[in-house]
Amino acid sequence: MTIKGKAYIAGAYEHPTRHAPDKSLAQLHAEVAKGALEDAGLGKADIDGYFCAGDAPGLGPLSMIDYMGLRVRHMDSTETGGSSYAIHVAHAAQAIAAGKCSVALITLAGRPRAEGMATGTAPRTYSAAAPDVGFEAPYAPVVANMYAMCAMRHMHQYGTTSEQLAWIKVAASHHAQHNPHALLREVVTVEDVVNSPMIADPLHRLDCCVITDGGGALIVVAPEVAKSLKRPKVKLLGAGEASKNQVGGRIDLTYSGAVWSGPRAFAEAGVVPGDIKYVSIYDSFTITVLMTLEDMGFCEKGQGGRFVADGALISGSGRLPFNTDGGGLCNNHPGNRGSMTKVIEAVRQLRGEAHPRVQVKNCDLALAHGTGGSLGTRHGSATLILERE
Amino acid sequence: MPQQERVIAAPPVNPETKPFWDAAAEGRLLIKKCLACGEWHYYPRTICPFCFSDRTEWEPASGRGTIYSYSVMRRAPVPYAIAYVTLEEGVTMMTNIVDCDLDRIRIGGKVSLVFKPSDGGPPVPMFTLRA
Ligand SMILES: [Zn+2]
Repeated sequence: MTIKGKAYIAGAYEHPTRHAPDKSLAQLHAEVAKGALEDAGLGKADIDGYFCAGDAPGLGPLSMIDYMGLRVRHMDSTETGGSSYAIHVAHAAQAIAAGKCSVALITLAGRPRAEGMATGTAPRTYSAAAPDVGFEAPYAPVVANMYAMCAMRHMHQYGTTSEQLAWIKVAASHHAQHNPHALLREVVTVEDVVNSPMIADPLHRLDCCVITDGGGALIVVAPEVAKSLKRPKVKLLGAGEASKNQVGGRIDLTYSGAVWSGPRAFAEAGVVPGDIKYVSIYDSFTITVLMTLEDMGFCEKGQGGRFVADGALISGSGRLPFNTDGGGLCNNHPGNRGSMTKVIEAVRQLRGEAHPRVQVKNCDLALAHGTGGSLGTRHGSATLILERE
Repeated sequence: MPQQERVIAAPPVNPETKPFWDAAAEGRLLIKKCLACGEWHYYPRTICPFCFSDRTEWEPASGRGTIYSYSVMRRAPVPYAIAYVTLEEGVTMMTNIVDCDLDRIRIGGKVSLVFKPSDGGPPVPMFTLRA
């Protein structure tokens, strides 16, 4: 059984806030749900499936279904960090194909900025029962230095440079200047990136994504529901998910789980990387984008630095437009979880509703990818291929 | 020459990992080997992550290794080097590189085992650049 053509993204909404000290977490979830329903032209009573991840407060779906007054017959709280929401889209399609629901709501919200969280540079407390924690926590792994070790190894093994990585941020900033909601709208240069303060060798401050409050929501529907709506139709063609880890000490930091999730999604969709007109790639750090593009086959392994350099990812002039909302690097990274906004911008591109200055011409096939957890230890990887019908 | 001054978080010890930390208190690094498939693994588990046999055994590691990757955390009150070190036995473990000039750390650098006290817990295995 395949999910190809079995589900459509009918609603997509990104919360305009980037700083929400005056809102509760549950409130943000409800606000994005409301926004996505209005975008789709559906009502709350139409929702019969609900999906959320570890950012949802309390008992996840139980608390949020209660708070929002939903009545559903299917729920899923798959938690794979920032990749959760791309996985939820695939799981919603599976549930729809199996007849378990026909209108699925997926929500994400967070307020790390209001809470003063040092997302990338402070150690986080995990459960003492996590099997890895005793063998990692004493060494002060944080988000930044874990991704930095991947970048350091990639540079060592393939000759990737800081300047090549910087081009990823430069492209994102070119897009963000057109997004009125983006946290950082200033266009930066390669020099700006490599001269910004070093956070964790070899990643500079401008290699890192922003910390923002807010959230986003998606409505995934059955084909007959999509037909009844007035919005442009965005069809799910293929999906892949994977988990990558340390493999019992056989550590290889040069690739991500996208080596598995990518080919699975392409195979289901029946397309190849060369067919894709636009990509949304989770950009927690510049290195995340570079490795993901290699792993999904947009270029040869080790050639990612050359592939992204010289403006190759800038919409309108580059060979592969990416993250045209400014991505996590410049626009938004609500709740420290990136795949929701990745799917939302891919939907905008396929509908022709991206900002005119970054809208990809004849954008009929797009890819959205999420990475969740840590590239340097264990992470989830989720790839979606979407088509405008 | 920046030294390790960071407070090292105490590792939680549980029944499965107690032998590892008891050995650490004696200055020995134990790693697990599977008697069924012959493979070493890290971090240690009761059941082999490769063949799922429960016939795993603690073995002392030589304490010599090579830096697979590292990063010096510059944005920290006391900069420190996190690393993955590949042991002679073949497994790669997360660790810190300590007691050396952090700017001399390189991938491929040879390192040897030291133990550093943790904050209220057992000492923790780390590595220093070999002379
Ligand atoms: Zn075994």
